[in-house]
Order: sequence, then structure tokens, then C-alpha cells
Amino acid sequence: MHLPCFIQKIRAGGVNVNQAVEALRMENITKVYPNGVIANKSVTFVVNQGEIHALSGENGAGKSTLMKILFGEEQPTSGTIFANGQKVNISSPTEAIRLGIGMVHQHFMLVPSLTVAENMMLGIEPRKGLKIDRKRAEKEVREISHKYNLPIEPNERVEDLTVGQKQKVEILKALLRGAKILILDEPTAVLTPQETRELFAELKTLRSNGYTIIFISHKLNEVKEFCDRITIIRRGQTMGVYPLSDISEQEISKLMVGRDVILKISKNKILPGAPAIKVRNLKILEESGRVRINNISFTVREGEILGVAGVEGNGQAQLVKALTGLGPYHSGSIELCGTDIRKKSVSDIRKLSVAHIPEDRMTIGIAPRLSVTENTVIDKTDNIRFFTRLGLSKSSEIREYGKKMVRDYHILCKTPDVSVESLSGGNIQKTVLARELSGGPKVIIADQPTRGVDVGATEFIRRQLIAMRDAGNSIFLITSDLNEVLGLSDGIIVLFEGEITAYLPDASNVTEEELGQYMLGIKRQSPEQISEVLHEQKD
Amino acid sequence: MSGLVGYIFSSDFLYMWIRVATPLILPALGAVICNRSGVVHLGLEGIMLTAALFGVLGGALGGSLFWGIAAGILISLLLSVLFAYFHLSLRANNVLCGTAINTIAGGFTVFVLELITGEKGTSSSLRSFSFPNVNIPLVEDIPVLGDVLSGHNLLTYIAILMVFAVVFLLYKTPLGLRMRAVGENPNAASSVGVNVTKMRFTAVLISGVLIGLGGMYLSMGYLNMFTRDMTAGRGFIALAAAAMGQSTPVGAFLSAMVFAFFDGLSNILQLLRIPAEFVQMLPYIATIAGLTLYSIQRIYRFKRKNRLRVIEAEKSRQ
Ligand SMILES: Nc1ncnc2c1ncn2[C@@H]1O[C@H](COP(=O)(O)OP(=O)(O)OP(=O)(O)O)[C@@H](O)[C@H]1O
Ligand SMILES: [Mg+2]
Repeated sequence: MHLPCFIQKIRAGGVNVNQAVEALRMENITKVYPNGVIANKSVTFVVNQGEIHALSGENGAGKSTLMKILFGEEQPTSGTIFANGQKVNISSPTEAIRLGIGMVHQHFMLVPSLTVAENMMLGIEPRKGLKIDRKRAEKEVREISHKYNLPIEPNERVEDLTVGQKQKVEILKALLRGAKILILDEPTAVLTPQETRELFAELKTLRSNGYTIIFISHKLNEVKEFCDRITIIRRGQTMGVYPLSDISEQEISKLMVGRDVILKISKNKILPGAPAIKVRNLKILEESGRVRINNISFTVREGEILGVAGVEGNGQAQLVKALTGLGPYHSGSIELCGTDIRKKSVSDIRKLSVAHIPEDRMTIGIAPRLSVTENTVIDKTDNIRFFTRLGLSKSSEIREYGKKMVRDYHILCKTPDVSVESLSGGNIQKTVLARELSGGPKVIIADQPTRGVDVGATEFIRRQLIAMRDAGNSIFLITSDLNEVLGLSDGIIVLFEGEITAYLPDASNVTEEELGQYMLGIKRQSPEQISEVLHEQKD
Repeated sequence: MSGLVGYIFSSDFLYMWIRVATPLILPALGAVICNRSGVVHLGLEGIMLTAALFGVLGGALGGSLFWGIAAGILISLLLSVLFAYFHLSLRANNVLCGTAINTIAGGFTVFVLELITGEKGTSSSLRSFSFPNVNIPLVEDIPVLGDVLSGHNLLTYIAILMVFAVVFLLYKTPLGLRMRAVGENPNAASSVGVNVTKMRFTAVLISGVLIGLGGMYLSMGYLNMFTRDMTAGRGFIALAAAAMGQSTPVGAFLSAMVFAFFDGLSNILQLLRIPAEFVQMLPYIATIAGLTLYSIQRIYRFKRKNRLRVIEAEKSRQ
């Protein structure tokens, strides 16, 4: 695609803009954080009424920052905002809500121990005398949930909801406060394919009712399928606005990253070696006594990526915890690199050359206040390269290593000494990856390794994982991204309600539909077919 | 020993139990409100102590109980504002702020006491106005129960009413809902326009009144004068009671009663020549033992339940 073509498209888009009514205009927004990071550089962002407008860009490009400015959570260093043609000053979320702007955050803003109705009514509680009018609150929740066709039970506690339901609560919360412009910051990162489809159906209904939706996502196929126009930002600057009808995924990713991105995953066939992960008759119970993993067995061999497909909440989390020593299991056995891990601590298990890329990077993946460098050496405190025998740190060695990690893993940060929590989501993930993969692991438990990560970094992470596999390591991959599980895995097992319901030895021959049927429990293989995953000679 | 058991079940002891519980229940409820809003308030002890002194001074100088109450509550609010301003508005560390209040209170009360009475130990030279004792009309005539339940200080009854009031506040009112939301997920609350600092400020002020009443009870009910350091760690015990009660009003009330029981016991055991210090350890030992037993039986229950589940699962497979 040539530049003149692009310009033409912008012009074409421009014609549209003139016809449509502008719901919102952010002009020349610049944001410099107190630590000197320039998150937005003179960004202009225009959204029309009644469209689903995608906002895309690499990790750390400044998308969340721009949206926080729009929602009054951050103040721009310079620039102006117009809502419905009027210049406005959005000094707080309250002001944004007053202007009809609602936001569903990347990390949910809900109070877990409160009920759905309480969460939704927080701050605008209906009263009866001194008391909260619970009946009315409940009624209003039911009404609005019915009106927008987002079914939800008002009296359930938020902590008992699934991620998809929590998201509904978040959307309803914004609608209830009269939002006409909805900002959704990576809403689909945590959703299953089914939930994603449902969400989009809901969003389309809203659009046809005149609502404006701003949609942030790294999943370009979704963006392409569901959105009307896209604004692309790179390193804090806009790279243009395009109608999605005339731009391809490939072009979008090139604009985002500044180079060609290989969206298709390619890998060589290699012959798997000896078993490295051996799980036999594993059973995991929850404290309440509920069975989360019911008697499953599988083997992952050297030089193999075994993918786990399954709708979230079918035992994946418990299985990963058991494998990494973070959680209990109640019967059966787990062998990693030939050692039974019963009664072994997390550090014993890590010493067996086991790496863990955790699903929830913010709470167990990193120490947020420590620097990037510190986070990458934090598991190497008994490595005499970095620490003397007395436990004192060798600071110059460590500094060099931190620099190397930042370089090797393309971590976007001002210096390796900034705290990890100031990085954007994708760069935090790369920091985790740097620590876990640089230690020379033999077994890698990768739990949602590319969740919330941009296309460029996703490509990078996937290549790293394939390189680890090609070097003869075993990878156990848990992911809710169907493309990823199909493209990256050698073999796939499907988890449904804590049991393995299918083993698909060759992922390249599996279709999404077929996988979907196993994931939803519509189809199930025979025990003989499933036991193939043991890779044991039968006599 | 049987004499002791007999004494514990006597109406005298039960009456005393309620009496010593009062100065724990009130500040524990204050701590519950703070905890629930996400503020760990370590300044309870200092606020209690200062309120105890100012209650007496206000009464003596103003010439009536009303002025005592007014002065006590006013100083509690003042100290609470001080704590809240430094901790919430200027974002100073709460341990530092709380400790500062306690340390200042220790010196300040003695200083003011000497300034006004010329004495450093007690306010016995001043005329005290105490909260009246209240006889509950019909209850006081019931044989044993009447002796236990009736005739307490007005503040004791207020303390019990406050348990219900705090339940109402936290669970029934918009203010309580917002406080709990702010305590559990401040980002969520502020994203819907609830002002986190304002909510916490309010919580610290409301709890300030409760803590102040607890302090005033000591000098205007339990005793009828102020003595130096008369709170004797009750502020901290109240904090412990709130924590042990999982920051729920009823839980804090019950925990305060447990601590008060041992406090009362120590008074008796001293008569039996068992050192008071030993007895004062008892509530804490009892707490630890209680929590240990609780976890042990929970693990045991978990194991048993799971054994049943496994058997059931096996059966269903056959
Ligand atoms: N509170 C903060 N203080 C300092 N720097 C920050 C802060 N929040 C974000 N940044 C920096 O600003 C830049 C933009 O971050 P932002 O969160 O807007 O990125 P993003 O586009 O949303 O990325 P992602 O896709 O990973 O969520 C990053 O370099 C980040 O490190
Ligand atoms: Mg973001």
C-alpha cells in the first residue's frame, strides 16, 4: 500500500466526517507524566456519533492515557476537548459522567463484596428516608438490564460473577449514569470467544440506538469485523483515521508497529523427545469441596508445545497452580523433568528448570514497585553471577543484565531503572517473559502469554516460545485465544468441566468450529482417543 | 476455685463485665467504621485520653455535664481532623500520624492538667460532672437480671445502641455503602464520582465521636475524675477487637466483650493473689487459641467433606 493511497483514504474518511455529527473531538492532546514520559504527543482524535470507533496501537502507545484524559482521570498537559461541539474541561470522572461519557476500564472497577445492584447504584443510590431504597435500586437495575438486553441478576455478589458478567455490569453502570459515549479499554482481552461475540452483538444494538462506542483492542480481526473506523497511534502520535472497510489487518499492524508484522505463525515440524511433564490421574478440589480437575492425565514431551483449549473457568487456573506449586492437588501425580513434585515448594520446582508465565501479571508476575532490572534478576538471588556468596549484590553485573534484557526483549521504558508499574501492560508482560525465559528453562508453563499484548510484541513472544520449543524444551500453553492455540501448539487438549474431553494430536489440522464444539462440551472423544496424549506404549 | 466460678456467675461480676466493656465497645465501633473505609486509625488511644480530660475540664469550667460533653466531643473531632488532614490530605503515613496523636496526647493531657489544676496525676481537685446512671423501669425489678442489666451508666446503654446504629449506617445508608466501597476498591468508587478522600474524612470524624465517648466514659462514668494515662492501652485493645471481629460492628462488639471478660476477671484474680499482669495476657492467649482451634477444625472439616466427595464421585462412576 502506497502513501498516496493512504492520503486518499484519509480524504475519503474526511468526507464522512463532514457528513456525520461529531460526538467528540480531542485536539492536539499532549500528556507528559510527572516522571517525564511523554504518553501523548499532539494527538487529535475525533469520534462521530453512532459509530464504533477502534483505537489501536502498540503497547505503551498511549491509548489508555488518552482515554483516561477523556474520562477526567488524568489531566492533559496541553490540548483541548470538545464534546458535542462545545469546548469542555473534564476535571474529574464526575464531570465526564455529566457530559455523558462512560468508561469500562482495562481492569474492572467493581467492588467484589457488594452486589450487582449496589455496584451499579454506587454514588447515585435511590433513597427512602435515611435508607437506601433497595427495592427501587433492584427494579431500576432490572429495567435497564432488560432495556439494553444485558441480562444480569441484581442481587448476586460481584465476586461470584464470571468475567463476562462483570463486564455487563460495567457497561450497565455507565449506561445507567446516562453515558452516550462508551469507552471500552481492551474489553475482549479477558473474554472467551463466545462472550466476545455476545459483547459485540450488544454493542451493535447500542450503536443502532445512537450510542457512540470507543473500542480499544489488540485483536485486529475483531476490530476489522466489528468497528466502523479506526484511529491508529504509534509512540503517542496519531498515524491517521481509516474506515475499516478499506484497510486490511496487515496494513493496520504495519501502521501500528512501523514494520511488517507476520500475523501468521509459522513453525517447523520437529520430532518430540522424552516426556518432560507427566501428569497422571490428577484431581484438584476447591476448598468448598468442588471438583475443579477430575482425574486427568497427559504428557508433554521435549520439543513439544501442548496447548490447552477451553472456556475459562474449566479448571485451567487450578491446573496451572498445581503444576507450578502455587496451589494444592489432592490425588494423582505430577512429574516435571523426571521428578515428582509432591510436597515440593515453588522454589524447588523452579530449580527443576521450570518457568511460569502467569496469567495475572500484575499480582503474581511482577513486584510492581521494583525496577525492570530488579524484576528480571529477582529469581536469581542464588546465582553467583549477580550475588556474592554472602548475598550482596554485584550492582554493575545486575545493571548490565537489566540493560541486556530490555534490549533483547524490546521492553519499552525510559531506563531499566524505572519501576515496572509505570510501564504499559504489554511491556510489563515482556518483563515477565525476560525473567522467565532468560533462566534457561526446560519446561515452560505459559498461561495467556500474549493477553493484552500488541501485535508486534505478540509476534515476538510467539517467536520466542517457538524458539524455546525448537531448542528441545517443553511448553504447556494455556490460552483463550483460539488463533494462538491453533497456530502455536503442536498438540491440543481440551478441558471441559475439569476433564480432558479431547486430544487433537495435530493442531494444524483442526478447525475453530471443531475445537469450539469440544470446548462447549457438545462433542467428546472416546477414552481411547484421549489416552493417546499419554504417549505410552500399550501392551 | 469453686468460689471463683461462683463469683463469675454472680450478678456482681456480670454487672462489672458490662461496665468494663463500655470503654472498649465504643472505640472498637469507631475503628470498624475507619477500617471499613480503608483507614487504619492508630490514634484511638490518644483521642480517648484527650477526650477523657477535656470532658472533665469542660464540665468543671462550664459548670454542667453539657459543657463536658461538648468539650470532649469537640476535642475528639479536632484531633480526628488533624489525623485525617495529615493522613488523607497530605498523605502522611498513617502509623506515623496515629503514633504522633498518641504521643502528643500523652504529654498534652498532663500539661493541660497541671496548667489548670496544678497537679500532674489526677483531676480530683476539680468538680466532676459524670454521666448519670440509668435505672431501666421494668427491668430493674426482675430479680437477678435487673441487677445485671439495670443501673448502668448512660454511656453503656448508648454504646449498645451504637452497635445497632453502626450496623444501620454501614449496611443501610448510602453513606455506608460508599464507605465500604471506598474501603474495598477506592478506584472503583472514584470512577463513579465518589470522592474517596471526602468519604474517608467523614469516616474518621464519625469514628472520632465514638472514640471520644469511649474516652469520656473513663473519666465521667467509670471513674469520676481524670487520671494520667487512664486509657491504659484500651484504644489498642479496641483496635484489636475490631480486627478480631472482622471489622463488622457485631463482631467487634462480641470481641470487645471477650476482652472485657478477661479484664473483669483480672480484677477478681488479683484478690486471689494471681498477678494482674498474668491475667491481662489471658485475652490475647484466648484469642490465639480460639483462632488456632477455628483453623484446625476448618481444615478437618475440609478433609472430611472431600473424602465424602471422592467416595461419592467414585460411586457415581461405577
Ligand atoms: N501513571 C503513569 N506514570 C508514568 N508513566 C505512565 C503512567 N501511566 C502510563 N505511563 C507511560 O505512558 C506510556 C503510555 O501508556 P498507556 O498505558 O497509555 O499505553 P497503552 O497504549 O494503553 O498500552 P497497552 O496496550 O499496553 O495498555 C507508557 O510508556 C507508560 O509507561
Ligand atoms: Mg492500556
